[in-house]
Amino acid sequence: MIDLDETDRGILRALADDATLSAGEIGRRLGISQPACWRRIKRLQDNKVLAGQRLDLDLQKLGFTVTVFLGIKLATKGRVSLDDFERAVIAIPEVQTVQHVLGMYDYRLRVVARDIPDFERVLRRRIMTLPGVGNVEANVLLSEERLAGPIG
Amino acid sequence: MLDDLDRRLLRQLQAFPGASTKELAELTNISAANCWRRLEKLQDRGVLQGRKAIINWHALGYEVEVSLRITLDKSEATAFDQFLLTARLIPEVIEIQTFLGQVDVRLSVLARDMQHYQDIYRSKILTLPHIADIEALMQVAEIKSTQALPI
Repeated sequence: MIDLDETDRGILRALADDATLSAGEIGRRLGISQPACWRRIKRLQDNKVLAGQRLDLDLQKLGFTVTVFLGIKLATKGRVSLDDFERAVIAIPEVQTVQHVLGMYDYRLRVVARDIPDFERVLRRRIMTLPGVGNVEANVLLSEERLAGPIG
Repeated sequence: MLDDLDRRLLRQLQAFPGASTKELAELTNISAANCWRRLEKLQDRGVLQGRKAIINWHALGYEVEVSLRITLDKSEATAFDQFLLTARLIPEVIEIQTFLGQVDVRLSVLARDMQHYQDIYRSKILTLPHIADIEALMQVAEIKSTQALPI
């Protein structure tokens, strides 16, 4: 774990908003030189604080109008069934994220679909047929916002 | 609409979000100039809205991530708005989603450890307005997190 000062937090905030910003541009905003800013970014990368980039795509414009979160409870448990389930679920292209959780569900899935009939197809043919799958709860995403988090 | 080349570009970009225009051009077998034009066009049309850095909260000492599924008391018309406005002010909340289904809102909350989580939960979460019910799911592991679309 590394300690951050206000400038480091400023760099993280800037990159979390736009990862394509140059060290020079961020430096200008924060009042430090390009080389100094570059060294700080390098340090954040070396310490694995910056863990790559993600694309911000307009799902609607790409034809994906439905995002559903599924809570899945496995019917049978044990090491083997978890492995089988995980192997099968990560191979489904419509499944964007899989989280192993503790609580009333075992897994939380984020699923994209073109429309409701397409979602139904994914649910019936791919999700319900997963090994060991038990109870499934679905919640349709209406809105989503990502916040800066504790670097704000 | 997108053509095959646009889709190919987006697929490669999803797989290598940090790739430069030149690298993308090589991956898709087109000229760098053509690749640059295509990306500009995808941006102009709002398909590609940006690239964001992913912050690894573990590396910053945040070991706990809890997903709070919240049902709101909707007897008051402004319950949703008031809840969201207040939730946005909590620094440890990194994601707010609203749903159609059994759950109304979900918050992703970061904490340094369980003690810290308890503090946040008691002093910041339970004091949010219009909560009818809360369920917590604690994240054990992220098995897949590409967020890539099947383009």
